[in-house]
Amino acid sequence: MKTRSAHIVVAGAVILAMLSSPAFPQTKPPTAQAPGTANAAPATPAGNAEKGKALFARNACYQCHGYEGQGGTAGPRLGPNPIPFRGFVAYVRVPRGEMPPYTVKVMSDQELADVYAFLQARPRPPAVESIPLLAR
Amino acid sequence: MARSKDSKHISIDRRKFLKNGVLTGAAALVGPAALAGAESPSAAVAGGTLPQDAPRAPSTPVMTLAAETAPPEADVLTTERTGSDFMVDVIKALGFEYICANPGSSFRALHESIINYGGNKSPELITCCHEESAVAMAHGYAKIEGKPLPVMAHGTVGLQHAAMAIYNAWCDRVPVYLILGNNGDAVLRRAAEWYHSAQDVALMVRDYTKWDDMPWSLPHFAESAVRAYKIAVTPPMAPVVLVLDGGLQEDPLASDRKLAIPRLTVPVPPQGESAAVSEIARLLVAAENPVLVADRLARTPAGMKHLVELAEALQAAVIDQGSRMNFPSLHPLNQTSRAAATIAGADVVVGLELADFWSTVNALRDQLHRSTRPVAKPGAKLISITTGDLYVRSNYQDFRRMSDLDLAIAADGEATLPSLIEEVTRLTTGDRRRVFQERGKDLAEKSQAARQASRAAASYAWDAVPISTGRLCAELYGQIRNEDWSLVSTYYSDGGGWPRRLWNFDKPYQWIGNAGGGGIGYGAPASVGAALANRKYGRLSVSIQTDGDLMYAPGVLWTAAHHRIPLLSVMHNNRSYHQEMMHVQKMANRHDRGIERGRIGSELVDPNIDYAKLAQSLGVHGEGPITDPKDLGPAISRALAAVKRGEPALVDVVCQPR
Repeated sequence: MKTRSAHIVVAGAVILAMLSSPAFPQTKPPTAQAPGTANAAPATPAGNAEKGKALFARNACYQCHGYEGQGGTAGPRLGPNPIPFRGFVAYVRVPRGEMPPYTVKVMSDQELADVYAFLQARPRPPAVESIPLLAR
Repeated sequence: MARSKDSKHISIDRRKFLKNGVLTGAAALVGPAALAGAESPSAAVAGGTLPQDAPRAPSTPVMTLAAETAPPEADVLTTERTGSDFMVDVIKALGFEYICANPGSSFRALHESIINYGGNKSPELITCCHEESAVAMAHGYAKIEGKPLPVMAHGTVGLQHAAMAIYNAWCDRVPVYLILGNNGDAVLRRAAEWYHSAQDVALMVRDYTKWDDMPWSLPHFAESAVRAYKIAVTPPMAPVVLVLDGGLQEDPLASDRKLAIPRLTVPVPPQGESAAVSEIARLLVAAENPVLVADRLARTPAGMKHLVELAEALQAAVIDQGSRMNFPSLHPLNQTSRAAATIAGADVVVGLELADFWSTVNALRDQLHRSTRPVAKPGAKLISITTGDLYVRSNYQDFRRMSDLDLAIAADGEATLPSLIEEVTRLTTGDRRRVFQERGKDLAEKSQAARQASRAAASYAWDAVPISTGRLCAELYGQIRNEDWSLVSTYYSDGGGWPRRLWNFDKPYQWIGNAGGGGIGYGAPASVGAALANRKYGRLSVSIQTDGDLMYAPGVLWTAAHHRIPLLSVMHNNRSYHQEMMHVQKMANRHDRGIERGRIGSELVDPNIDYAKLAQSLGVHGEGPITDPKDLGPAISRALAAVKRGEPALVDVVCQPR
């Protein structure tokens, strides 16, 4: 059956686990900043969050990052409070890890700005302590 | 083949016929064939027709007065015992609880002997709807019980169905005991048997089974059956195959014929050579950042206990790669969720039954031009203890890349741990103990921080639709945490990794590892097989079941219902073969085209499959589809009530993809 996929999954799971470590800054995919961290990107272009939501789904970003950009085993959390826009674009164009590249041909800078706006608009999660199911 | 053993019986019948000139209708059919010197009258009697290529004898039998007045000689159509009865004696001697099968005529005699002669007890026949399900059930059972289940199948078409599941078990190094039917004697085959017979039945799976045989006699069968078990359970464990000729099964067995069954003596697994073990202990005690990495280590419940003892003696980081339940998930030394950083900082890495040492200390980047880079730092000592070095096959490439090891011990990891612990304890001085304590504190803080980060991560998209995998796993755990639970899913199905990040796994049966070969379709039947093993202990078996996996052979749900196997399956339903969808997506990105079309061929939508209805149609309590996270808890609660009544239940939950 799908043995190649299985090998890739196993390798990918290991790689993703490795890439999420702060010990590999040269290949670590950027993760959204913790809520409350200032996102001082001086030149973030205006984007449309509604359009960004549609683009996020249509261009398959959700497949690794989840429909809310919340992340999972295949990709890190992107929102709310994404990394600065310049870094976001740079990584999407030329990812250093396993993420497939999105060139200008398939997603324009404006479209990325719309996606960025969508990620910025993701709701903050409830405090962990307020969720009994996540209690110690 | 075996029928040749009874040629004397046939010849006697033929001589009697020739002497008496039997006149009955059946005899009229038998007579000509016998007169013609056919190899056996059986083919003629069975279907009332003669073999096409058998020469026809004169139609008028020789008549005598004695023949006209003597009562007709009856055909022998029944027998009190057959070879298959003895086979059941042997199977019972091996202590099998169950035997899984989708029925097939090539093993019809053995099947009947199991249910009648054997009383359908020890083993009890488990009815399966697909041979792949039967083998995967045996795979899952073995993960809990540590010993194999037998599976019966046709030697050709059944084996072909079963092959992927056998490959999974092989890659996972788990014993499965396959019994295949075959009809070797070409002259005696019924029509269908031609398609169900082969000269070398086990050939198609020989590359991923450990041993196979086709016995020629019942004493041969007895020896091979016991030998097969012994080989299957000797590490490295793996599937084995016995091919049973139809004639050997079906031919009469004289009731006074006594046949011996050899005694089963399972070899003690090999331990590491003492000097090598001492060297490993020396390196571990002297190390500043030793790391113990376990994959297929825990062969028995003692495996986890020994690893805890070793880790605590050293206050060493432990990474559990998860092919077995190797280490408690919330143990302060468990660094699995920060594996990459842990390996990067290690000066000694000991791999304990790793399927893939190379990927433990290296990374491969899957982009247009693949590249690799080391993860372990230069100069780190790399040590392997594995039975994998004792037995490697060539064709299927599950042996992975060569690693640059400093020391390799070809021995069983679990069996070697006690002597390693003893050596470590002997070498540990007061000074080193103080260093260990500081290290242990540091690791405990890191482990706690990682768990906090996991809890925080699970809170994102908490109320999202589709339901987040973090929410799904938290809701499920909330209802089972105080039960004697056992998670019988694979790593594919473990809901985004949340269970091992957040749940408290501290018992050997709470985790059964993964598929081995990554062949999808393992999950559902393996969970049913593991649940079958758990049933007698009163454990609550739960699985996080993926949708695509279930669709390979959903009939296994019927098997669970029919055999009253309690199992709570909570679906991670992302309406796709999602892993493959991501692969195709990657290709679209790479080719700068059609990104929005990457779902084609991998989605399971339009229509959406109604898994609750599917489950109900197969006799399983079904809930769903659940799309609102607020409805999840009550649905799980209702399903759990059914499981506690002894039934299987399934909750279809529409989820985020990962």
